[in-house]
Amino acid sequence: MIEIRNLRKTFDGVRWITDNLNINIPDGQMTCIIGRSGEGKSVFLKQILGLIKPTSGTILIDGVDVTKLNEQELQQEIFKKCGYVFQFAALLDSLNVLENVGITLLQRGEPMEKIKPIVEEKLSLVNLVPSEILSKYPSELSGGMRKRVGFARTLMTNPSIILYDEPTTGLDPITARVVHELMYKMQQQFHITSIVISHDVEIFKYVDNIALLYEGKIKFFGEAKTIWESDNPYIYQFIRGLADGPIQVEVAHQPEF
Amino acid sequence: MDTGIIALIGRSFIAICDELGSLFIFLGEALKTAVTTRLNVAQFFIHMKRIGVDSFIIIFLTGLSAGLALALQTNIGFSRFGIEEFIGTVVALGMTRELGPVLTGLMVTGRAGSAIAAEIGTMRITEQIDALKTLCINPFQYLIVPRLIAGIIILPFLTIFSMLCGIIGGYLYCVYQLNLNPESYISGIQQFVEMKDITGGLIKASCFGFIMTWVGTYQGYQTVGGARGVGISTTRSVVLASILILIANYFLSAFLNQVGIS
Repeated sequence: MIEIRNLRKTFDGVRWITDNLNINIPDGQMTCIIGRSGEGKSVFLKQILGLIKPTSGTILIDGVDVTKLNEQELQQEIFKKCGYVFQFAALLDSLNVLENVGITLLQRGEPMEKIKPIVEEKLSLVNLVPSEILSKYPSELSGGMRKRVGFARTLMTNPSIILYDEPTTGLDPITARVVHELMYKMQQQFHITSIVISHDVEIFKYVDNIALLYEGKIKFFGEAKTIWESDNPYIYQFIRGLADGPIQVEVAHQPEF
Repeated sequence: MDTGIIALIGRSFIAICDELGSLFIFLGEALKTAVTTRLNVAQFFIHMKRIGVDSFIIIFLTGLSAGLALALQTNIGFSRFGIEEFIGTVVALGMTRELGPVLTGLMVTGRAGSAIAAEIGTMRITEQIDALKTLCINPFQYLIVPRLIAGIIILPFLTIFSMLCGIIGGYLYCVYQLNLNPESYISGIQQFVEMKDITGGLIKASCFGFIMTWVGTYQGYQTVGGARGVGISTTRSVVLASILILIANYFLSAFLNQVGIS
């Protein structure tokens, strides 16, 4: 269980990215966080893992308060059981796919003969053909492949919690569906607790819960299967993409026609 | 007095203190990591090559040019007194004590220091450093310490090469341009240049390697924003490291002279 209590974050002391945010993420389920662009969803996700320190509040992962941990404790207590799939994969440019996916084991000094079969297994899990891409560098991969390689790299630590930062942004609908199905498959197969940030309403078919973040607070939390019947004004407006409603559309200036 | 000026001075002072504070906190973290964790040998050798081997051409060119120019300028003065046979001594002393280490430090800062800041800065803005953390890899162990140690170790080797190139440059000028006796050029060096002149230069070079990698890794690690942020970090790393090298050069020279090493 991930329990977040009164989470507050500001970078400039003026605007609150998260403002007394409270949410419980159920174990073994996939929860999708939706919200406007620039709402601070990625900052929220990084706070959960301790990559960004909150201004105040508590984040409990299996009873451990992430906000109280230093870098070394984070490594011991959090990063060993939590994986993070980055928006643009964050693969290391100077390493090939084999080295990128196997980097954790490489750093532990494991021999390449031992690492290679494990990497191949993880790449197969994300529907990639190891023999075709093992020696390729990130710059030689398509966006979808990079995301899947990033996903495979996350699986190397056998995490019980995975955080996905916009896993399908920039992908075509077919590749996006492949990624969604992959996430769903991992969820079903390994009972991983997942938090997904996404703007893609197609993901509603695959997740258990949906939370809407607006003005630093969770304005809605409910089951994904009933989302389209919800009368919550925020979720009603957001998932239908309506201009009218409680969510203000940020417009810098009025366009001239 | 205009309060705006006072506020500006105050803000600048606070900004400088803030920058210095984070620079030393960063160094403390790097030193702690260097002492408490195993050196990433593969990364260390990669950076020995990138900082050192890949810089040989520019060190050759700058060392040779410096030696040629130093011999030319020295000749202008020495020919007035008829003591041209001491040009070799001056070139060798100049190259070993000052020009070799300083030129090497500055040139490698321009080439490798900027590359270090740009590479780590790009890794920062593309979340590669965050990715390392989530994979239980200490970024200081993987990125910072191997570069720092590589810089400290490789700069003296580059400096020896630069000293040699400079002395050869001076030799070429004296022998082929001034038609001086090659033996007098060499014997002048043998007679007056001591081991401590070279040792002092190499100690300085090692310190410059440390400054260059420290500032480069720090600026890269602190990068914010996009491509513009990387550009700013790169520029700042070169400017700050160059200034620090020149300042450190004076204090190191004075210190080494004081303790009798140089």
